[in-house]
Amino acid sequence: MPEASHKPRRLALRPALIGAAKAAALMLGLAFPLLAYRAEADFSNQLVLQSRWSAVLFAVATVFVLRFASILFARQDKAAPPAPKNPSAMLIRLTGLARFASLGGIACLIAFPIVMLALFGAAGSLKWIDNFGIQILIYVMLGWGLNIVVGLAGLLDLGYVAFYAVGAYSYALLSTTWGWSFWICLPVAGLLAAFWGVMLGFPVLRLRGDYLAIVTLAFGEIIRIVLTNWTALTNGDSGIGSIPRISFFGLPFVAGPSGFAAHFGLAYAPIHRVIFLFYLVLALALLTNFVTLRLRRLPIGRAWEALREDEIACRSLGIDTVTTKLTAFALGALVAGLAGAVFAARQNFVSPSSFTFLESATILAIVVLGGRGSQLGVALAATGIIGGSELLRELDGLKRIFGDAFDPTQYRMLIVGFAMVVMMNWKPRGLIAIRTPSIFLFKRKPIVGALAKEGHG
Amino acid sequence: MEIFLQQLINGVTLGSIYGLIAIGYTMVFGIIGMVNFAHGDVFMVSTFIALIAFLALTQILGATSLPFCFIAVLIGAMVLTSLWSYMIERLAYRRLRGSFRLAPLISAIGMSIFLSNLVYVLQGPRNKSMPPLFNDVIQVTQGGGYDVTLSVKQILIVAVTALLLAGFWLLVQKTSLGRAQRACEQDSRMAALLGIDVDRTISLTFVIGAALAAVAGVLYMLYYGVVNSSDGFIPGVKAFTAAVLGGIGSLPGAVLGGLLIGLIETFWSAYFSSDYKDVAAFSILAVTLIFMPSGLFGRPDVEKV
Repeated sequence: MPEASHKPRRLALRPALIGAAKAAALMLGLAFPLLAYRAEADFSNQLVLQSRWSAVLFAVATVFVLRFASILFARQDKAAPPAPKNPSAMLIRLTGLARFASLGGIACLIAFPIVMLALFGAAGSLKWIDNFGIQILIYVMLGWGLNIVVGLAGLLDLGYVAFYAVGAYSYALLSTTWGWSFWICLPVAGLLAAFWGVMLGFPVLRLRGDYLAIVTLAFGEIIRIVLTNWTALTNGDSGIGSIPRISFFGLPFVAGPSGFAAHFGLAYAPIHRVIFLFYLVLALALLTNFVTLRLRRLPIGRAWEALREDEIACRSLGIDTVTTKLTAFALGALVAGLAGAVFAARQNFVSPSSFTFLESATILAIVVLGGRGSQLGVALAATGIIGGSELLRELDGLKRIFGDAFDPTQYRMLIVGFAMVVMMNWKPRGLIAIRTPSIFLFKRKPIVGALAKEGHG
Repeated sequence: MEIFLQQLINGVTLGSIYGLIAIGYTMVFGIIGMVNFAHGDVFMVSTFIALIAFLALTQILGATSLPFCFIAVLIGAMVLTSLWSYMIERLAYRRLRGSFRLAPLISAIGMSIFLSNLVYVLQGPRNKSMPPLFNDVIQVTQGGGYDVTLSVKQILIVAVTALLLAGFWLLVQKTSLGRAQRACEQDSRMAALLGIDVDRTISLTFVIGAALAAVAGVLYMLYYGVVNSSDGFIPGVKAFTAAVLGGIGSLPGAVLGGLLIGLIETFWSAYFSSDYKDVAAFSILAVTLIFMPSGLFGRPDVEKV
């Protein structure tokens, strides 16, 4: 819009001051008890208050300045938001580039452990490959699995972590009680999780949207409570330890003549196992991605997307919604089960505290922030959230600024929650909100997410 | 029989707390059709506000009269919690009206995580426990193997709940605000055409819901005397269960549902296993939604194409 067509703008000081004063007063009211005082138990276990009025002053002043500036410099003519445009030619080219970008990404991931090993040596790279590489990839896998349920089929599942738990406990229990090897347990864990996916999916077939979300949340919590309290089987809160470590298709990663290193004529190093686990998760994640992308073009994948857009239309066209929903639940759960088995093998310890609602919410945040339905977006969001929160652990330097009591990791979920709110308000469809139709005439054209109608979920 | 009577008393006490929280869920769902997932955490925030306000009154201002403190804390917590709820509605939900259906829910989940972690950061991870107040106990039955007791606390909780619910009922039924609220619930577009400020009414709905949750928070603090920043989730889900059981959108349903959930939970703990008492509540939620989605008093959900 040409700037010249406006009258010279007058800075509206009065309304800005009033608005800022209101916002500051609200902030004072919000800050008054929670920020101003901290209730701490003293030596005799009595609560005493420690005041923090300087923090309150700082918060109120910040809000005042921000609100003042935002009113002062806000556009005075509130034009109607521009209608969503169809993607420009550049956007189409970008999605074409995404193919090369993802191939490049895969190449980078394959090279990642080797580069880390070269940069930091065998001991220093352990943290990067294990905490960053494997953990992020497990979450990418979980994100892609949940993406089938939430992104493709449009069924909001808040209890997804239950299937992750089923996978992890399957491997933990089968390997410690019956001595099954990881390679037998992996498919079994996946299948058991898929079975539970169908079991929990079946009763909720009639539910949609918010109700479905709450019931899946309830199921997730029930499974966690059972895992906590069924001590005879699961050892309760203390969890199951000494889960057998992963082997290289039967060759254990141990020092000595029977180990992996001796067999291939290498010097023994514990990092071999971690690198192998990294490639295993990478392979499983890529398999998930490949299967999802292929399924999208099959009738079942199209039925999922049709279900997401409009269930009633879907049903009136003769699509069997029962099968459609159950396959989505089962496949999503299968992926979570596989990821759970890998998780148990990585930690060699599982306990119910790893499978709380917060974990479900984190995975959901990954899917939502990435853009439901977008594989690349989910991978980017997982890297951002999990990698970012791991990086927070690295920020010990901040302690020098904020004092020793400052622990950056406790801000992790605070930021995640805030990001979810901001993302929904700013881009309700996530980072990558472009839909690529799986069926098209002549030429594949991506659709801006805002143009796609989304039904009741 | 004595155990039954005792559990009945405990169940009604717990149920009134759930009922107060459930009203917030049911009102918001009635008016904008979303599950305000952060409501449980608003309740948790209010318990912290109540705790700190009580400590500030007794330690800094040196107030000694217990009834005065109780009323001051109750009013203070109601006002300050309302501010939180108002802020949440403005920042997290208002822009999402008319967006696709899952957007407000996801925003609410984000808000819930944000609130519980904010309190965690601001107040620390430890449980906060308060000195027990109103400790007098009345013996209801004596002799036999089991004495049934009724504490002053419990009477106070039920009485305050009843009083506030009566006031709330008058507010919804008799005032112009309540009329506007009910009109928006029936048809917000029509209400807007008739000159009702829908945005303001929705804000007020959030504020009223939060004020009642704050009452629940004060009573919870009084009853249990201990709170933690993660304590919003489970009571929140249970209160939501209560709202669903009573029929979401129905105010008497929410209170009745709350009482039922409170009773079921205490009887389950007494006769079966207290480890699995949350499983009981969650199972009721699932079973109600699957077999009786409109609850006890709810209107059936008719979908027009």
